[in-house]
Amino acid sequence: MSLEKEDFLERSKTFWNPAKTQDWQDMEVDLVIDRREGYCLYDMDGQRLIDLHLNGGTYNLGHRHPELVEVLNQATSHFDMGNHHFPSLARTALAEALAACTPGDLQYTAYGSGGGEAIDIAIKSARNAMQKRKIVSIIRAYHGHTGLAVKAGAERFSKLFLSEDREGEFVQIPFNDLNAMEDALKGRDVAAVLMETIPATYGFPMPDEGYLPTVKKLCERYDALYIADEVQTGLMRCGTLWGITKYDVEPDILVTGKGISGGIYPIACCVLNERSGQWLKQDGFGHISTMGGAELGCIVAMKVLEITQRPQVALMVRYISDFIRAGLDQIRDLYPDFFIGIRQHGVVMGLEFNHPQGAKPVMKHLYRNGVWAIFSTLDPRVLQFKPGILLSQAMCEEVLARVEVAIGAAREEVMGKGSRRGR
Amino acid sequence: MMDPAVKNLIDIDRSAAAMGAKADILLEQARWAAQVFQRYDRATTLDIAEAVARVAHEKAAEYAERAVAETGFGVAAHKRLKNELSSLPLVDHYRDWDFVNPQLREREMIVEIPRPAGVIFALAPSTNPIATVYFKILSALMTRNAIIVSPHPAARAVSLDAINTLAAAAEAAGAPTAVIQAVEQPSLPLIDEFMRSAKTDVILATGGSAMVRAAYSSANPAIGVGPGNAPVFVDASADLGQAAKHIVESKSFDNSILCTNESVLIALAESEAALLREMKKAGAHICSLEETAALRRLLFHERGFNVETLGRDATWIAEQAGIKASPKTKILVAPIHLIGQDEPLSREKLCPVLGFYVARSKAQALTQARQLLRFGGTGHSAAIHARDQRTVLDFAQAVEVYRVVVNAPCSQGAAGFATNLAPSFTIGTGFFGSSSIGENIGPQHLVSWTKVAWNKDAGEMLDATALGHLNHPGPLPEAPSDGVPGKTRPRYQPPPAAASHSDDSLRDEIRRIIAEELRAALKG
Repeated sequence: MSLEKEDFLERSKTFWNPAKTQDWQDMEVDLVIDRREGYCLYDMDGQRLIDLHLNGGTYNLGHRHPELVEVLNQATSHFDMGNHHFPSLARTALAEALAACTPGDLQYTAYGSGGGEAIDIAIKSARNAMQKRKIVSIIRAYHGHTGLAVKAGAERFSKLFLSEDREGEFVQIPFNDLNAMEDALKGRDVAAVLMETIPATYGFPMPDEGYLPTVKKLCERYDALYIADEVQTGLMRCGTLWGITKYDVEPDILVTGKGISGGIYPIACCVLNERSGQWLKQDGFGHISTMGGAELGCIVAMKVLEITQRPQVALMVRYISDFIRAGLDQIRDLYPDFFIGIRQHGVVMGLEFNHPQGAKPVMKHLYRNGVWAIFSTLDPRVLQFKPGILLSQAMCEEVLARVEVAIGAAREEVMGKGSRRGR
Repeated sequence: MMDPAVKNLIDIDRSAAAMGAKADILLEQARWAAQVFQRYDRATTLDIAEAVARVAHEKAAEYAERAVAETGFGVAAHKRLKNELSSLPLVDHYRDWDFVNPQLREREMIVEIPRPAGVIFALAPSTNPIATVYFKILSALMTRNAIIVSPHPAARAVSLDAINTLAAAAEAAGAPTAVIQAVEQPSLPLIDEFMRSAKTDVILATGGSAMVRAAYSSANPAIGVGPGNAPVFVDASADLGQAAKHIVESKSFDNSILCTNESVLIALAESEAALLREMKKAGAHICSLEETAALRRLLFHERGFNVETLGRDATWIAEQAGIKASPKTKILVAPIHLIGQDEPLSREKLCPVLGFYVARSKAQALTQARQLLRFGGTGHSAAIHARDQRTVLDFAQAVEVYRVVVNAPCSQGAAGFATNLAPSFTIGTGFFGSSSIGENIGPQHLVSWTKVAWNKDAGEMLDATALGHLNHPGPLPEAPSDGVPGKTRPRYQPPPAAASHSDDSLRDEIRRIIAEELRAALKG
């Protein structure tokens, strides 16, 4: 590590976040991201890393995508964040674009500046529409850190701040458990079920066949709304613009964040239908956000939607997912006692390792081998493996070559040199 | 509810970033397709090429008519023939070439493994829009390459239809998706992006010299072809009647739009009168001095060839030049007395106007033919009509071209349709013509071979059975979408071998079509 970096890390601990800075050093990931381009990150000491973390899909189209940079640059000669009180050209234009490309009868968009805020808007909208308070979500789900979103997620993030739910308004049930879902909804006192289409921070466990459509049916039966958190599964990562449409569910509310504004100007969107968006007619000033739906962000987001919906992109996702999967299958055959599972839907992947913390050494060795992918905070057996939707063929090959070496090294570290390899 | 609109508040469509992205996404898709295509075996590859060629053949007449309608030049019946010849017969011509399997050279202790170029960027001209599209696409398919075709703007609609139809046929036959793609809105800056991109493996450039030079300057490997300006020498030993017929047929074929057409006829004084009689008989109008002057004014402006006359028929041109010619006139013959800078009519003329130069001796004829090519069209084509084969060889030695067509129409002959040259609408003009390849371009130019060479003194024996070790696994298996019921998209299954490969009746049918077409081509 350079002296410059050592000095910087000290400053990071002193002025920014001591524990987080230290945690990464403890995990032997001394990354300080400096330059970034396409799907590559460059550490301040110069190491190049292929980014398979993408900050949860924020950099779905790559870092500083040239068209997004261009559109933002040009937009700054005319727009700024805008004034949220007034009808806005850019907010309306993006809302129309979203109405055109989201499933079912979704029509209005209410804006936040980040995913958590958009989830808060979704919960508030559902409560207003249904005049009920309860929100059902999944144990170890992750929806963000704002007031309501944090309560709907794992306690790991709420307890610390004495912000966990104490009124029984946030019910959490196991994923893929339809009985538990029905039990939670039976009392007809639930405003909405809040679901990540594939729970990301939980390591992408995949919904069982029929699970999500049945949840939607239960919502209809027991008079609750269905909120699809598409922050990680949306924007073509599942091979369709929204993951939820692959499961044949038309949500009452769809939330998109992170990648929607290309990692270049923050906004998040809560897309509502007539029913869930009632408050917009009742009291349009009911939710206010100065930076929510900043007009520059809206313009970037429209370009993101346009790029993402180019017909070639869906084909590209198919090629990438087929190719990476074929390669991962071969790697799994090499280390079958350690690399035990692949969860996959499009370029949403979770690699499962045979150790309670198995993804951490894999992350470390990937880092040493020039690939950045992160373990799942809420299930550290699983590595989040998220290639970008425009990842080049050449880079996909390079990723696989590096992953094979890294998984081999991690396996040796965890299971010892003597243990036997497959094949 | 009002229908949502998608409005563009900030339009960056013309920015460099947008141009780059437009090229990049097609190139990247092509890269994927090429990588997957290289997993295919020979039988499947041939099946795909054949299936696409069949569709191309079926659409040949329709596209010929549409090309004439859209561009306003050429002859639909001749274009149809060119299109047809560039489909099934083309694939058949290369059927016995193996571009897929490793080759064993036992005595030399060398194994050669074919390596497709990868991603081809192809430009098509307005003159032969469909035949060129067919030819380049089929050449790419036979060699397991991916291809992006940029149609000529003057023939955009029909070319796009052809490219997209062939792409759909390829995918239906099991080719990787996007193995054939079209540049939907070709523009100079966009073409430049494709040509300069590091993701382009080779450029197949056919078109104007400027475009070809740009391809060569792009820092990517390019196979470009220069312009033609073919002399045709009619020796005293020639069968003058046959020669005249061939020349008129060739010159009127598709209204002389093939760059292989004869530009200037070089005759000998001793047979001038007899030859002109035969030319007239074959449908030529011999121009007077004044008529020649009028043609010169019509055909050549200060900036060069008048594209208004490109591919127009002889009677139209005669009318424009104020020449009274019979409505049956097939070509206009313009006597000229100079060859080179001071005589515009000694330039390439993509219309049925033929320069006519009389030499005093065979030696002078050869010198003038050589000079004509130095003036333009070097490296391209020349033709000779002679019974004396020594004269043929003397002529061939004199002219700086890479193909000399003997006793046949040059338009068709140099393009490999009235001779046994490789059938091609991309004529390599080699070192003479500032090009990398001097042959008629074919699929073989889209593959390089890895040569695995053993120690020649170690006395090892090559194991022929080891070659089978290099297998072709075919398409990638589809990755699962966990939790999505019945979503799996049916993927291509190679048909049972009997379905097409050993289908004798189909092969016979193809042979029959080829024979018919060749006869037609020879007849003009």
